[in-house]
Amino acid sequence: MPALRLAPALTLLVMLGPVAAGLAGTLLPAFGVMPALGRVEPGFMPFHELVAWPGLPRAMALSLGTGFAATALALAIALLICAGWQGTRAFRWLERALSPLLSVPHAAAAFGFAFLIAPSGWIARALAPATGWERPPDLLILQDPLGLSLIAGLVIKEVPFLLLMTLAALPALRPAQSLATARSLGYGRSTGWLKTVFPRLYPQIRLPVYAVLAFSMSVVDVAMILGPSTPPTLSVQILRWMNDPDLALRLRAAAGAVLQLALTVAALGLWRLGEYAVARLGRRWIAAGGRGTRDGLLRGAALALGAVSAAAVFLGLAALAVWSVAGFWGFPALLPDTLTLKSWMRQGPMLLAPAADTALIALVAVGVALALVLACLEAEDRFGLRPTTRALWLLYLPLIVPQIAFLPGLQLLALVTGIDGSRGAVIAGHVIFVLPYVFLSLSDPYRGWDARHGAVARALGAGPARVFWQVRLPMLLRPVLTAAAVGAAVSVGQFLPTLLLGAGRVPTLTTEAVALASGGARRVIGVTALAQTAAAFVPFALALLIPALVWRNRRGLRHG
Amino acid sequence: MAEGLVLEDLRIALGGRVMVALDAAVAPGSVLTVMGPSGSGKSTLLAAITGTLAPQFTLMGRILLDGRDITALPPEQRRTGILFQDELLFPHLSVGGNLAFGLPPSVRGRAARRARIAEALDEIGLAGFAPRDPATLSGGQKARVALMRTLLAAPRALLLDEPFSRLDAELRGQIRALVFERARTQGLPVLLVTHDRADAEAAGGRVIRLGEPPDAPAP
Repeated sequence: MPALRLAPALTLLVMLGPVAAGLAGTLLPAFGVMPALGRVEPGFMPFHELVAWPGLPRAMALSLGTGFAATALALAIALLICAGWQGTRAFRWLERALSPLLSVPHAAAAFGFAFLIAPSGWIARALAPATGWERPPDLLILQDPLGLSLIAGLVIKEVPFLLLMTLAALPALRPAQSLATARSLGYGRSTGWLKTVFPRLYPQIRLPVYAVLAFSMSVVDVAMILGPSTPPTLSVQILRWMNDPDLALRLRAAAGAVLQLALTVAALGLWRLGEYAVARLGRRWIAAGGRGTRDGLLRGAALALGAVSAAAVFLGLAALAVWSVAGFWGFPALLPDTLTLKSWMRQGPMLLAPAADTALIALVAVGVALALVLACLEAEDRFGLRPTTRALWLLYLPLIVPQIAFLPGLQLLALVTGIDGSRGAVIAGHVIFVLPYVFLSLSDPYRGWDARHGAVARALGAGPARVFWQVRLPMLLRPVLTAAAVGAAVSVGQFLPTLLLGAGRVPTLTTEAVALASGGARRVIGVTALAQTAAAFVPFALALLIPALVWRNRRGLRHG
Repeated sequence: MAEGLVLEDLRIALGGRVMVALDAAVAPGSVLTVMGPSGSGKSTLLAAITGTLAPQFTLMGRILLDGRDITALPPEQRRTGILFQDELLFPHLSVGGNLAFGLPPSVRGRAARRARIAEALDEIGLAGFAPRDPATLSGGQKARVALMRTLLAAPRALLLDEPFSRLDAELRGQIRALVFERARTQGLPVLLVTHDRADAEAAGGRVIRLGEPPDAPAP
């Protein structure tokens, strides 16, 4: 089937075509070319204007600072948890919390976190009896100028992601053997892990780490909720210029997007240099032979940080839930005086249309992505194609190139071709980001399928198509649905592509929720963010439920 | 010789190096045993015959089945039944569903197909097992279902990839006898690859030894 042979090329086109086109569409206006505005002479004017913006140094510093801090902290926590706790009961407990943690959309997690740490939030309320606060303390915690709450908000969402990536890479490294050897030589648990497992692990999780760094530097929705506002991070400022009624500011936005891209590339370069430095120091540390027999403190700290980070997400969701049904709730009461469904009654009907659009967009985007990924994996198998490191890089490209760097250009192209503001444009935008996650989630189980089942089926007279539909796909139902759920969660959480390619005319639960960031309507935020979380969570529940029902009488598939 | 399985100057190479070279004929109802240590290319040989050789291998020579050249045919048109070490029953299908997968569509009509499957189960002493989950069967039961699934597809040759090595000694003898007896009555040429001398003796046919793996030190 020659059409199948084209699947990998088609997939790359669907995924990277828009990235390339968007970058080109950003570069032109950044250098002053925007025919729609009658600008055809290239020049550096947009960059002069960008440099003249007084907030620029601070916005750049914020981007870099939050990126490095959030990535380093999340990576350290994820690694120390693995180092100190792998193979223990506490670890399995954390593992179980991973999927729900990952499915919570960034915006909802950020809102929930804000409800915890705000001066009138749950933490302050809990401390009030001890400190004697009768009014919310006058502290600038939320949206603090240093971006500390933004960093913390990013860390609690990135720790589970990096943990998941680490867990996927670990088994092939046989960490238990290395650790047992190290410990028999007298090394402490964490120290032994860091000295024997980590050096081999890091190359396997390098790309996810780069994705986290690029994301943390350029994220828009979380920065709008938790980040400082005057000036905001560079990415948020670019969006403000993009949304300005004065179209001439689009040029400055494009220049900013190019700067954001350059900043990200520079940060990735710096991180790479940091890797060399750490490797050098690490080799010396290993050669010195220190046993680290008293690293129990490190273990305890890792578990505490991991637990706090997971609790921050779950308690945040609880805070959203309580606010969504709160009647009067004065400070410093821990719970509202009265509970009411009024917020749900008022907001619920208004969320129906965005919820329907959210579901439709996710469904189509995941359907397209799943079809392409399955076609790629099947083509890999039938034509003996070997997955290369380069292919993996290409897969991570949409996750590493900042959204704010190429989506403005893509929006311009959509505007020119007249497809902006349509659901189709939004779906195409979502597919770019859904595809890599679906692929990453499905490729291991798909490649790990026992090919002898295929050989048996072929020998029994089944053609390749019958083997695919009647043997392989049903046997892989569980991982296929899990990949679809991951894709759906990614689609539900997309803010920038929905906003820009939808031209504000395709509201989803996420755009509705983030739009509330500047206001203080806590009950409305609670309702909207919870609805957003539910939209991301339902597919995961289905991915668990459907195989359990369909294969309830098939013991051989219960743990597949 | 037109009948049976003929491997005509068959050579399988990986990266220019020949791994397996074989010239042999297996008459209907007889058994050819290929022995060799793991890594000697036994399973590769069977993959070449079923047509599921990985693309990085190159195949030279011809494979004839009942006089028909099947060397370039897709696996599903070769009619070469294969049994592996594991039974590889499809875990998502019932026992009956597994047998139906092997039964050719030429047996038409739900009632006729169901009757044929019931009959087949009866033949292997598993009457009434059609709706069962294959994961709930014992090792010997699974082996019998796998054999029957293969036979229902009406193969012209039977390939065995160490199919008895997972079974305990007593069961192994039973299943081995069943397989060879079935192959003989249906006049199937059988190619058995194994590293177990007892398998070879029970098969009773010619034995060919594949060379030591090339990276092993010479004795």
